[in-house]
Amino acid sequence: MTFVIMFLEFFKTGLFAIGGGLATLPFLYDMAAKYTWFNEAILSDMIAISESTPGPIGINMATYVGYHVGSQMFGIPGGIIGAVLTTTALVLPSLIVILIIAKFLERFKTNVFVKDAFYGLRPAVTALIAYAGYQVVADSLFRFGTFFQTMQIGDLFVWKAIVLFAALMVLSHVFKKIHPAAWIGIAAVVGILLKF
Amino acid sequence: MKLLWDLFFTFFRIGGLTFGGGYAMLPMLQKEIVENRKWATEEELLDYYAVGQCTPGIIAVNTATFVGQKIKGFWGAVFATAGVVFPSLVIISVIAGFIQNFSHLAWVQHAFAGIRVAVAVLVVNAVLKLWKSGIKDLLGILIFIVTFVVSAVFSLSPVFVVIAAILVGILAGRLKGRAKK
Repeated sequence: MTFVIMFLEFFKTGLFAIGGGLATLPFLYDMAAKYTWFNEAILSDMIAISESTPGPIGINMATYVGYHVGSQMFGIPGGIIGAVLTTTALVLPSLIVILIIAKFLERFKTNVFVKDAFYGLRPAVTALIAYAGYQVVADSLFRFGTFFQTMQIGDLFVWKAIVLFAALMVLSHVFKKIHPAAWIGIAAVVGILLKF
Repeated sequence: MKLLWDLFFTFFRIGGLTFGGGYAMLPMLQKEIVENRKWATEEELLDYYAVGQCTPGIIAVNTATFVGQKIKGFWGAVFATAGVVFPSLVIISVIAGFIQNFSHLAWVQHAFAGIRVAVAVLVVNAVLKLWKSGIKDLLGILIFIVTFVVSAVFSLSPVFVVIAAILVGILAGRLKGRAKK
């Protein structure tokens, strides 16, 4: 029975969380309050783990809850079944919706309204991504929080990160053929060696 | 069948190499899907992201479904989506099963502070590429600036941004059509 309830809860989350991984968070807090599957402390741990492992946070959280609950009932096999179940439930709504939209787009690709709509959308989406990029840059290179507390200009800049950022920026433009994942690996090693 | 596994493993790689969610996936998609495989153009990728902003689900998953469906129909979509999800499934199951306090280890934190810088570089590069394919005229620049400022000042849901941009696009198209006549 727990499996059925979990499936429905994650299906609902997948259906109503619009606009990416962080949109699943309110639903997860809701689940933490409603069920005994996990509490808010585990949830904030999970957010930290999701930021530091590959994959979208919604998927990670679904997998974690499914494994956690399943393994309490039936050990490791139960955990694996639970993880697959919740992850499938989360993904299924968007799989269905996107398949329908993809069919629709194929048919109406030459429609003038659809073309005009995407003409307006592309710069807007570029801006949304640019803003997300700005936040990533600001979070990793500057410490606005500390700066506003101390008002020491030296506290504002994360010097190591700024130097690494500039170096990777130059290198990634010189060596364009190198896979983006390689820069992530290099940055991870630099981070460990220089104690970022 | 070979193409289905191709889709699975390509998206498996993308899912396994993406740290920090949907936007960080963009540079990987540009490299693997647009440059290496040529399964989609830069414009199509932008369109998928646009649709992903206002439909349910995670953008990474939505993009996988789109590309899979385009290349090999229904089963293509299923294989690509399964591929993008699979790395998380394995990694998180292992973490949930064996490792406690994984994210509190000092060296893990150092590594991820470094990774965040690399992700920042990759996202900036991705935006520069998107700029070239997404913004072609003055109206485009205007929409970009307004959207950026609105996102920065008000934390408005992207759904509203998307709806507004669609309306502006259609309106501009009508006006241009009339000007030509």
